[in-house]
Amino acid sequence: MSEKKFSKKHEWVSLDGDVATVGITKHATEMLGDIVFVEVPDAGKVVEKEGQAAVVESTKAASDVYSPISGDITEGNKAIADDPGSVNTDPEGASWFFKLKIKDKGEYDSLMSKDEYDKFCKENPS
Amino acid sequence: MEIQKTALYNYHKNLGAKFVPFAGYEMPIQYKDGIVKEHISTRTYAGFFDVSHMGQFFLEGDETLIESLEKIIPADLKNLKVNHSKYSFLLNNEGGIIDDLIITRTEKGFCIILNAACKENDIKQISQFLNKDHKHLLNNDLSLIALQGPKSVEILEKLVPGVANLKFMTGGNFEYEGEKLYVTRSGYTGEDGFEISISNTKVEKLIDYLISNEVKPIGLGARDTLRLEAGLCLYGHDLNEKINPVEANLKWAIAKKRKEVGGFNGWEKIKNLLVNGSEKIRVGIKPDGKVIARENTKIFSSDNNEIGYVTSGTFGPSVNAPVAMGYVKSEFSEVGTYIQLEVRGKKYGGKIFELPFYKKSYVK
Repeated sequence: MSEKKFSKKHEWVSLDGDVATVGITKHATEMLGDIVFVEVPDAGKVVEKEGQAAVVESTKAASDVYSPISGDITEGNKAIADDPGSVNTDPEGASWFFKLKIKDKGEYDSLMSKDEYDKFCKENPS
Repeated sequence: MEIQKTALYNYHKNLGAKFVPFAGYEMPIQYKDGIVKEHISTRTYAGFFDVSHMGQFFLEGDETLIESLEKIIPADLKNLKVNHSKYSFLLNNEGGIIDDLIITRTEKGFCIILNAACKENDIKQISQFLNKDHKHLLNNDLSLIALQGPKSVEILEKLVPGVANLKFMTGGNFEYEGEKLYVTRSGYTGEDGFEISISNTKVEKLIDYLISNEVKPIGLGARDTLRLEAGLCLYGHDLNEKINPVEANLKWAIAKKRKEVGGFNGWEKIKNLLVNGSEKIRVGIKPDGKVIARENTKIFSSDNNEIGYVTSGTFGPSVNAPVAMGYVKSEFSEVGTYIQLEVRGKKYGGKIFELPFYKKSYVK
């Protein structure tokens, strides 16, 4: 598994061959608060870079989850749809959102490193 | 308009509050625990809420004050005993709800608790009916603290002896730190509890005491999930000037005598609706799965006709499921009626559900 890369919309991506795993960052879960609903895409769905791919809702509001990378969805994580609260406890581990077969590794390479993302969050508090 | 702060603003900050602008005030939406934990703390122990942004409007006057107020408020104010409170409304000429409120009879007149976003307009509306002998004051020197949850009575009784004897929707004057305190047994969570009117200079000391008794601070986020589970309306969402009390399923809040005799704004229209029913009515809605139907979600019948809309919707931590309220055409309002909710372009099943979603008995 490759190192995690990060998007400005607070998603993370890791890469295993040409299959990427995408989730939302710990920072994102802290901003959202208690997560009470998750909708993940079904296998076969085609997503574009920065296209809407999943939904996450906290007690406060609903937010779209975008795919930081283009590809064909191979799996949505049904476990988090059944237990949305698990996203708060392990957002960057077991509570990933979806996996997809990527088309262009360049999209992955252009995302932020962990250090760059941490700096981005510090500079853009919300 | 300059954003206002309550007397406890810095106190909230030190407690780790996240603030949001609400009705012109900078108010805590949540603290460190987050909405779900705050909600559960209130239901299982006790929580306090700073609701000082709400208007505490005091009126004094002779018998004619009652006549004046009854023109805009459909409660039976003549027969309201001193220290007794009623849930009621300000109504416009069409019977629409200008605001919902709690009115309490005091020794010299009345105290009305008004929604923060409405209070300035409310006072204008009420003033139209007052004469020069009626004194009125929106008291900004007072804070308002709600203490809610099963442990509230035990904790407050230790500090303010006598409050345990208050029945639901009654109040009284008490002493605290050499100052007068007005306490009512009421709230907005479906739990037993109190609302405490206290001077801005003493409020921090009261909160110190509550915190030392492990009462948690509760933000607007959990206040919303608590009141929605309890089936209570939020003005500006479930109620507005175009909705009347019959449509809002709140006809119980219009005094029986007033329904018959009238003499208040919009009575002609309301009288007619009381006989014939309204076209639409407020109902509780329980989505089947986990999907949350938020405000403005469209409601459809089983055969795909649009029949209404959601006015409040969230996840109910105590119910452990999504909960919502909204308006549907009256023929679809029976409890158990199957409906569909359109969320992000997809239809999800749900049912009309009897309010409240969460029930605990008040102390009567």
